[in-house]
Parts: sequence; structure tokens; C-alpha cells
Amino acid sequence: MKSDIKLFENGKRLDGRKTDELRKIKIEVGVLHRAEGSCYLEWGGNKVLVAVYGPREAVPRHTQNPLRAIVNARYNMAAFSVDDRKRPGPDRRSREISKVTSEALEHIILTEKYPRAAIDVNIEVLEAEAGTRCAGLTAAAVALVDAGIPMKDIPVACAAGKIDGQVVLDLGKEEDNFGEADLPIAIAPRTGEVLLLQMDGHLTNDEFNKALDLAIKGCKDVSEIQKKAIMEKYEKEAGGK
Amino acid sequence: MNKEKREIVIPSQFLGEIEKNKAGRGTFVENGKIYSELLGVLSKNNEYINVVPLKGKYDPIEKDFVIGIVIEAMSSSWLVDINAAYPALLHVNEVPWNVDFGETEKYLNTGDSVMAKVSQVDQEKKLQITLKDRNLYKIKGGHLIKVEPSKVPRIIGKKASMISLLKKYTKCRIFVGQNGRIWIDGDEEGVKKVIDTIRTIEKESLSYGLTNRIEELLKKDAKDVH
Amino acid sequence: MSLTSSIKRDFLEKLAKENKRADGRKFDEFRDIEIEVGLISKAEGSAKVKIGNTQVLAGIKMDVGEPYPDTPDSGVMTTAAELIPMASPDFEAGPPREDAIELARVVDRGIRESEIIEVDKLCIEPEKKVWIVFIDIHILDYDGNLFDAASLAALAALMTAEIPIDRLDEEDRAKFVKNRLIETYAIPGIDEAIIKQEDSKLDLKLFLKEPPVSCTSIKFNDAIIMDPSLDEELIAEARLTVATDTKGNIRAMQKGLNGSFTVEEIKKVIKASVDNGKKIREQLYKSVGK
Repeated sequence: MKSDIKLFENGKRLDGRKTDELRKIKIEVGVLHRAEGSCYLEWGGNKVLVAVYGPREAVPRHTQNPLRAIVNARYNMAAFSVDDRKRPGPDRRSREISKVTSEALEHIILTEKYPRAAIDVNIEVLEAEAGTRCAGLTAAAVALVDAGIPMKDIPVACAAGKIDGQVVLDLGKEEDNFGEADLPIAIAPRTGEVLLLQMDGHLTNDEFNKALDLAIKGCKDVSEIQKKAIMEKYEKEAGGK
Repeated sequence: MNKEKREIVIPSQFLGEIEKNKAGRGTFVENGKIYSELLGVLSKNNEYINVVPLKGKYDPIEKDFVIGIVIEAMSSSWLVDINAAYPALLHVNEVPWNVDFGETEKYLNTGDSVMAKVSQVDQEKKLQITLKDRNLYKIKGGHLIKVEPSKVPRIIGKKASMISLLKKYTKCRIFVGQNGRIWIDGDEEGVKKVIDTIRTIEKESLSYGLTNRIEELLKKDAKDVH
Repeated sequence: MSLTSSIKRDFLEKLAKENKRADGRKFDEFRDIEIEVGLISKAEGSAKVKIGNTQVLAGIKMDVGEPYPDTPDSGVMTTAAELIPMASPDFEAGPPREDAIELARVVDRGIRESEIIEVDKLCIEPEKKVWIVFIDIHILDYDGNLFDAASLAALAALMTAEIPIDRLDEEDRAKFVKNRLIETYAIPGIDEAIIKQEDSKLDLKLFLKEPPVSCTSIKFNDAIIMDPSLDEELIAEARLTVATDTKGNIRAMQKGLNGSFTVEEIKKVIKASVDNGKKIREQLYKSVGK
């Protein structure tokens, strides 16, 4: 999308960030009473709430896998989360995001421990500002840890992109709308494996490598924030009275 | 070593090499290294490295005593919720009564509670429980409360020390299911004391000297002790 | 499936016979209520209500649309409620079930039939353009009494919502501002100069009348208790929601579940609803800064 907006000028972006700077992130663990695991996350203007239920027997019966648990991530945007009200209910975009998120999570959850079961991950976007799928997956990972689901790693997601010819980390709203490329990824931080990767726009091979490196670095920084939030919540218990 | 260090670990955290240690519960092994798969408390036992989860569903083990709530009465069995990822099956052959085909509802119905034993956990995690053992039966009256299954060992205590204290100072009957369900029966005051004490144990489960503190607390309010 | 053990049911019934509840509340006492407004900046209005552990989030979005043919200069309002799977292990994804539909319709009626929103003040151009007010209710955590939490959240969101006139083009904007000024100052006409001047200072809140407040009670074994927790709801035989206004008049009622109420019981519930309604309304006004 073309526009007259100058997204990148004098080394600074519209919101004043540097090329490799993340938006502000805040994570709260265990915020819901009924859900077995939950997480509330703010990332820039994004507000995401995730609830995990399970493992529990998968229904209907025919969806059960006799060897392992199935992971059902459901990404949904609230009607009031965007500028133009979104009609309630899953649209094709939500279903695609749900699918790639489920696949990313399936890779690191130790699903063989729970044959015939389902792990339901409900990702609700309460307010959206570019990068909701990364915010959703990052929050989902924390909610899964909170629920006590056995995992090989705590996955984390982050996006990089290109604006006005410059490769930058963590696209904001205007950058996502008017930029030249968007590359969201998710990794398993311990091993560096890439669990989710999507790209749209235009990148040379060189630019892609730069963007990938930047996104991976962003993921590692966000991973520290996840871990800190998890530890802070339970550190109190460990110390005891 | 007297004092175990109560360290909290998270999934993917490195815990030790397989050469010097054994991988216990709550861990997985990759390339000769042991990692935690859960958010939990690190616990070393002989050479075993274990992680005890802070939260989670009950993981059924054969021979465990559990408290179940009947979900549905079927023609020759009952489906019972035991706070695990799967419901458990209780077959008519596994109860102390003579139940005719289709008469299951007469003995146990939706919402009834039972003290049972886990008799089988197969490869597909299909669970079976039985009522055929001493002290297993349909529960009547009393109170049922729920705690995190991982806290049950603390509530029972080393050699049942904690649970004995509770019974002694409150004069209540208490049955602790490994699946995190606890049945309490006694006078109103006693039951309240048991519940309050269990909630305290839950909150402070990771701290040291808990058994002594609880004993002090219970002693304070007790009127007569045998 | 959320199961109540018969032991728990017996326990709650025994307590009820002694006029007690599991959490120590009186029969006509509400749990702690928390109201937070303005949390979703993308929405024109938003509010999160907590009653005990139950959490509901309501968002108001507004858009320009066509009026209904029989009310050519009135705005339109519509309410949707989502029992998203997040809120309870029993809620499934998919098209709204009856519970969600009943919830949305009861909340909608409470607002629509009591004419809280003055829809005749939402006109931009008669017969062509009016404001459509979308009320979207998201249940986040279900621990009993969704009706009251949902209506309260919808009300708080409406009371703090602002009409997004920045979305209108210059012409429509001038038309709307003019209408608004005429309504605000109750004068027959305004000239262009004043419209331009007042535009930036205009209060963009929705014109609202005094809202009725809903109180829900349930009955089990002849005990009638207000603001049921989840455990109490699971053994309820019948449910009655009553919305009352500042004068103590009844503005909406809904009975649910397959049990019954005697006439005496209904009258008792109405009285308790009026009393609690007053307290809740005070808290509501405080939280929206009135």
C-alpha cells in the first residue's frame, strides 16, 4: 500500500523507536479463575488474553489420536478490537492463524504423554495493533506453562519487516499497513528451531537474512520477558514465609 | 543433606547430564542432557532428578487411592471423574454389590462420590478404578475439597506426620485422595479447622519447618488432646 | 462437563436451611463488584466488570449506517454476547448456543426497552445516515451470574462511550454537530460559524437516560439467593433476573430454568433487587465519573 507517510527518517521510526527496538511488552500470568492456565499480554497497542484447558479427552471421538494429544489453538479477534468493528465469529484469516499457531505449539508440547486427549488454547485479541499473531503465540506459550502442560521449550514469536527500504524489528501499525515486507516468526529459544514462519511483501535474499536475524534476536529478548514473568509469579511461593 | 534447596524450574531448563544422573518425573532427555518439561519444584532423590509440577491435572498411577465423582451410569459400568485428563471406568465387577444389567443407577448415580483405587492405566491412558478393597465405598455426607494434586504429599506429610496432626487436633475423619480430592467429616468447628489448615499448607507448601508451624497453630486452638 | 458432587449439593442445601452460604454471604448479598472503564482504546467505549471471579468485558463500536425504514431519523443499537471457550471448560467454539443468545437478548432488551440510549439523537441525515451502536459482550471468566455482570459491563461501556465524529467526512460532520448542538441547547437553529466553533468542544458522549440495574437470583430447595456463584448456579432449579430503576420501578424481568417461583417469592426478589440495584447504581456512577 502506497502512502505519503515517511515511515523512516533520520534513523528513527514514526513512534521514535530505533530499527532494532521492540515495543513495550507486559505479561501477567494466571489471570483467570476457571481456565487451567492463562496469560494476559500487552505488546505495544496489542492486548491479548489466552486461556488453556486440558489435557482432556478430545471430543468428538473421531478427532482423537490414539498416540498423542491434539493441540487446538483458536485465535479470535473481539468485535471491538479493531477500528472498524469486526463481525463476531471466525473468518478465514483467524482460521489460518489458528492453524499455524496450533502447528507451532504441537512441535514443542510433549503430546505423546496424552494419547486421545486435546489441549485447547483460546487466544482472544481484545485490542489489535499489528503483530497480533506473534502476541497471541507468545501469550499462549506462557498460558501453557501456567497450566502445567509438559513442553520441550517455551516458544516465542516476533516479527521483523521492511519500511522505506530499511529492515526493522517489530512492525507497528502504520509500518504494517504501509511497509514493504512483514516477516513474523516463532522459535523454540533453547534449540533455535523455527516453528512458525510467514512472509509477505518483497525482500531480497540479503534483506531476508537481515530480517530473520533481527526477528530471532527479538524473539530471544521477548523470551526473557516471558521467563521473568513466569518466575516472578511463583518466586513468592518458593521463598515461603 | 538436610535442607533440600527448593528451586523453581521452567520448561527447557537444563538440570544435569545423563552420565551422572537419572531422569525422573517431569523431565525429558535430549542429547545426553536432562531438561525440565514443567514449571515446578526441583527435587533430587538418590540420583534421580525430578520436577514436581506447581499446577496440573492428576497423573494416575496404579494402586493410588483416589476420590471420584460419578459422571454417568451406563448399563454395566460407570464413568467417573477423577480429576485426571481422562475419565475412569468403574465396572460392575469391581464393586462390592451384586448389580444386575441396567440397574447401575440404583447403586451409583451422577454426582455420587466414591473412594476408589486406580486398578489399571493402559498404554492409551484408558483408566480403570475399583471399589473392591478395604475402606473403599460410596461416600455419604461430609465435605469434599479440592487441592493441587502436587500438594498431596505435603498434606499427608513424611510418614503421614502432617495428616496425623490434623486428625489428632480436630478429631475429624480425613481421607486424602492422591488425585487432589480430600474428604472430611466431623463437627462444624473441626471441619473448618481442617479446611483452613489445608489451605495454609497449600499456600506455604514450599517453605521450611511447615509441620512444626502447623502443629503450633493447631495446638493453640485445641481444647483437649488425647 | 461441570459436575457438582452430591456431597457439595447436600452441603449447600444444609447451609441454606441455616440461612448460610458457602462463602459466608447473606442470601441477598452480592459479591465484591469491580468496574473498570476505558481499557480498550480502539473501542468507542469499553468496560470490564468483575463480580467475584466472574469477569465480563463489553466493548462499544459505532459506525455509520442506514436507519430502519420505520424510524428514519433514529440511530440503531444491536447487542451480541459471546460465551467464548476461554470462560469455562464447558463452552465450545462455534455458533452461539441458546445460553449466549438468551444472554444477549436479555441484556439487549434491558437497554433497548428501557430506552437508555436516546437513539433519536443519533441522526446524521434523516433516512440516509445514522449512527449504529454495536454492543459486544465478551465473557472472560465464568463463576456465576453472567446476566448481571454482562448488563453492568454494557452500561458502564455505554456511559463512557464517545461518538467517533472524526470518522465522518466534513459534510456529515457538520450535519451531525449541528443536530447535536440543537439537541444539547434545545434551540431551533444554529448558524455555520457556531458549528465550526463548537465542534472541538463538543461533548461526544451518548445521550443516555438513567439506566436500570439488573439483579439475578436463583432458587434451590425453597431458598432464594442473590448473585449466585457458579456452585450455586449449578444446583439452581429456577432463576429470576429483575432490572429496576432509580424510582424503584420494574423495567425488565426474565425467568430461566425449569423450576418455578411462587408469587410471594417473586415479590421478595423484586424488593431485594430494588435495594441492591441502588447500591450497584451508586458504584456504577462512581466508576464512570458521574
